[in-house]
Amino acid sequence: MLLRNTSLEENEVIMKISSRTAQRIAKTLIWASALFVIVILLAIIIFILIKGVPEISWQFLTEIPRNMGRSGGISSSIVGTLLVTAVAVIIATPFGVGTAFYLTEYTREGKVTRIIRFSAESLSGIPSIVYGLFGFIFFVMYLKLGWSILSGGLTLAVMILPTIIRTSEEAIRTVSYQYREVSFSLGGTKWQTITRAVFPSAVRGIAVGVILGIGRCVAETAAVILTAGSALRMPESIFSPTRTMAEHFYILAREGISMEKAYGTAALLIIIIFIINVVANMLINRYVAKGH
Amino acid sequence: MIQQSKIVIKDLNFFYQKKQVIRDFSLEIPSNEILAVFGPANSGTTTFLRTLNRLCDLIPGARMEGEILLDGKNIFDPDISVTELRRKVGMVFDVPTPLPMSIFDNIAYGPRLGGKKTRASLTDGVEKALRMAALWDEVKDRLNTPALRLSGGQQQRLCIARVLALEPEVILLDRPCSALDPVSTAKIEESLKQLKEQFTIIIAPHNVQQAGRVADNVAFMLMGSLIENGPTGKVFENPQDKRTSDYITGRFG
Repeated sequence: MLLRNTSLEENEVIMKISSRTAQRIAKTLIWASALFVIVILLAIIIFILIKGVPEISWQFLTEIPRNMGRSGGISSSIVGTLLVTAVAVIIATPFGVGTAFYLTEYTREGKVTRIIRFSAESLSGIPSIVYGLFGFIFFVMYLKLGWSILSGGLTLAVMILPTIIRTSEEAIRTVSYQYREVSFSLGGTKWQTITRAVFPSAVRGIAVGVILGIGRCVAETAAVILTAGSALRMPESIFSPTRTMAEHFYILAREGISMEKAYGTAALLIIIIFIINVVANMLINRYVAKGH
Repeated sequence: MIQQSKIVIKDLNFFYQKKQVIRDFSLEIPSNEILAVFGPANSGTTTFLRTLNRLCDLIPGARMEGEILLDGKNIFDPDISVTELRRKVGMVFDVPTPLPMSIFDNIAYGPRLGGKKTRASLTDGVEKALRMAALWDEVKDRLNTPALRLSGGQQQRLCIARVLALEPEVILLDRPCSALDPVSTAKIEESLKQLKEQFTIIIAPHNVQQAGRVADNVAFMLMGSLIENGPTGKVFENPQDKRTSDYITGRFG
């Protein structure tokens, strides 16, 4: 009886807040959370840029690290990062997008699709160090690729595959079924329909997945440290070992070698990711612009 | 004009999984005339149109029995190329569906699938198709702008032009004006009357009035069965079946 009374009173209290007040409170909270996120993001980026940008100089960009990274630049790391990322993206994109098209266009929902989707989801939840271990055992040791850009790139390719599959699948699914019908009704084969009617509409979403993948590759530390090595010299081919920027940053900070150089590396990393995003968006816009 | 049957349908049955959508449907469709296949919702008119270009093949669990002869050749024969069939039997859908590309690229989509590559080889066909669909004057200065910017009525005429660019023999229209205003509807109906000089047209109108306005022949469908067919005037003024007269006079539907 007593319990009932309390709940009634509570109800009355809730009722007293008018819908207009509720609306105002909700609006404030939503604004506040958005503001909070933006402030934190900007704070981190600005902090690192302030600390790091003064370190960035022509010398920093063009020279290889000297004295374990205490002096000199990080040119070999920049090249290593870009190569490892390129290898990963070039390998993962066709497989990922292909799998996504298989899942959406070439098969009906069933056991196979469920297994693929379940594997992809499980893979995307695995910590990157585990990929590193796998890459070390499989690519570095078993396939005897050694610590190399190729081993690192292959490992990262496996790591970003689930992201690319999932975002691509999502993007392909949102393409209106009518486009497919129109293409088929005009005498298109399945392949023509996919490449000419579906892909152009899905490309933006697919690109988002690829860009996310690039971001993860550029930022990855644990998986590459075990597979690409940590050599400071300029890589000669994709069979050379290298030290990516994120890895270099980690070693500089962790070993207390040089915080200044570490911030410089971090700032450059942020700038590179920013440039990749802008350029990728420009390319996509140019590709998509025709239709809208 | 010598009347000959462009399409002959013999005992067509269509199943969607276990549900029968079309029952024992037989009909002869003369060339260069407009046939309106009408009936209340779910009577099978859309499915019927989609069997004619085998777009129904895309539905998982669909099964067909019977024969559809196009110029005497059964379209279900294994040696029939479905893509060629669909180029001969073009289709316009109920909602205007321009692809997200330019007006030119939309019209050129079909010819390009057929292997025409250069813009020069496509230009004449695109212009001709747009003229036949009575859209040329409105879009000739902006062929490279996105088709999605056109109005609903223009978009639907674009879809008709896109089918015409295939140089088909038969045109199927599935409630082509259901999303359009009366002025756009009138324009499309006017073009259909001119197009029948060159093509055989089969339309599923979105209402009985449209069937009356455009069709030379009508076929009334109910629950997947063909109830009655014949010249429009005859069926409308003197329906033989009570269900037909009930539907035409608006007693149900």
